[in-house]
Amino acid sequence: MFDDRYTLAYKLYPYERSADQDKAAPVRHPVVVMGGGPIGIATALDLGLQGIPVLVLDDHEGVGMGSRAICFAKRCLEIADRYGCGEPMLDKGVVWNVGKVFHKDDQVFEFNLLPEEGHKYPAFINMQQPYYESFQIERLRELQAQGAPIEIRGKNRIDNVEVKDDHVVIEVSTPDGPYTLEADWLVGCDGASSPLRTMMDLEFTGKVFQDSFLIADIKMKGEVDFPTERWFWFEPSHGEGASMLLHKQPDDVWRVDFQIGWDVDRAEEMKEENIRRRLDAFLGGVDYDMVWSSIYTFQCKRMDSFRHGRVFFAGDAAHQVSPFGARGANSGMQDVDNLGWKLGLVINGKAPDALLDTYDTERVHGADENIMNSTRSTDFITPKSNMSRLLRDSVLALSDPYEFARPMVNSGRLSVPCTYDGSSLNSADALDGPERTRPGSSCPDVPLGDDFLLSKLGNDFILLTINADAPDEIHEDGVVVKRLALTTNSDPTGMLKERYLGDATSAVYLIRPDQHVAARRPNFDENQIRTAISRATGKE
Amino acid sequence: MSDLILTPNINGVDDFYAELIATHDGLSDEDSQALNARLVLVMANHIGDRATLSQALAAAALKSEE
Repeated sequence: MFDDRYTLAYKLYPYERSADQDKAAPVRHPVVVMGGGPIGIATALDLGLQGIPVLVLDDHEGVGMGSRAICFAKRCLEIADRYGCGEPMLDKGVVWNVGKVFHKDDQVFEFNLLPEEGHKYPAFINMQQPYYESFQIERLRELQAQGAPIEIRGKNRIDNVEVKDDHVVIEVSTPDGPYTLEADWLVGCDGASSPLRTMMDLEFTGKVFQDSFLIADIKMKGEVDFPTERWFWFEPSHGEGASMLLHKQPDDVWRVDFQIGWDVDRAEEMKEENIRRRLDAFLGGVDYDMVWSSIYTFQCKRMDSFRHGRVFFAGDAAHQVSPFGARGANSGMQDVDNLGWKLGLVINGKAPDALLDTYDTERVHGADENIMNSTRSTDFITPKSNMSRLLRDSVLALSDPYEFARPMVNSGRLSVPCTYDGSSLNSADALDGPERTRPGSSCPDVPLGDDFLLSKLGNDFILLTINADAPDEIHEDGVVVKRLALTTNSDPTGMLKERYLGDATSAVYLIRPDQHVAARRPNFDENQIRTAISRATGKE
Repeated sequence: MSDLILTPNINGVDDFYAELIATHDGLSDEDSQALNARLVLVMANHIGDRATLSQALAAAALKSEE
């Protein structure tokens, strides 16, 4: 039996019998990725771009139906850009900046993300998840055509794993029957209910929130005057839901999200007539088609550790948050960004195994930050106690007449990249520079003529020099660091100075392949930079 | 950063207390609770200083500092 668990939007990697299935002994692969969702495919892109052979096993044959994640943040798009698939996403996605918050019928608060100028990517785009996944897979096919050692096998379901000291034995089911594989490294990107976690008997702990949300994605017929903004209602006066969200997607599709309580009859609520009843109460006489609907509940949980010897967990498999704040797929992409280069260096024998432990420490830090923000939003949107509700309602009541209460309104604090403060890979900050580019930070973009700084950083270690001399290349124990030389003479917008120099007149930044700052100082000092490279690769 | 004042600090404290009670006159328990909650938020914003606010929360919870 090999039944699909869900309907496909696009069949992109149909099952094909692999030569591995006919071998007498299990074939060993350097890296196997479990799951072909956005995080699994990103892992394949990252490793494939480094020339590391990677095999993705997915129990389906393509991208699942349904909009699901719709909100993709700047850092997530920058990572996709590094993999070569950010631009089609930007072309397809809906860019938005304004959000409005209503309490009952009254608007209590309006915010503008006021995107900072001089970045290639906006703060957010909205786009249905199947588009996101398809753009990644298109890129993967392009890389394969160029010879990147990436393979995806559809309808290859991992049923069992045995974790050894130096490899993992993997039992796979296919429509042609089972076979066995081995992997030096296994990356679990198999989603919130991660079968791999269960197979390895690993805990996933945290809070479950007692509420359900009904998603209805609809396409309006005729003229609709909703602007491209995020609208959020607390206690909407039509009474259909304790809160409600309206958000635009590409193809004139609107996401409507109703908070419908914990004790609901899911089958009953999912009937089209009942969904339409709620939508009609909100929309009045507007005519619309229903595109997709779903009911979800959520939890804020994570694994104790994202590394278990030869096995890594990434994305929802490692940590799950509420949807408020767009932190699911966005933080999963940052996991991959963090793991890819570390695994690449270790596989190529250029860094010690200890570097891989920093994937766990850095991304647990990121997950905790996301869980904290997401839990706070959730507590505001669905208060757990009478007093919590009373204080929430008081904030809403005060936020219309008084400006001070408006920042307390929390309908989701939107995802920003995590700064790895205190990471063992950072060197002490030796520059009197801007706070936002201190060691551990993800590099903010800067316009450079027709191009942008992040595009020039690429996928390797970079020594960024601003008004400073340095060798064009540094080789330190197998790790190659290339120089990117910039000066404030070619900084017409002044943004390079503002974001990377501050009061300093010159700077040298050591930047990791995931575009996070490892070290910075006012000038090139060979010993200091070599030490910083050793440190950033887990050798100190 | 300043310490939370826990010594008498309101001029005409009897007037203030009477005004506080009077503001609640005629309200249901529910409305009174809501008024108190709004009052806490208004005063917290006026204080502003995070450390002082933490001290105030601890003082109201009758947690004595060692």
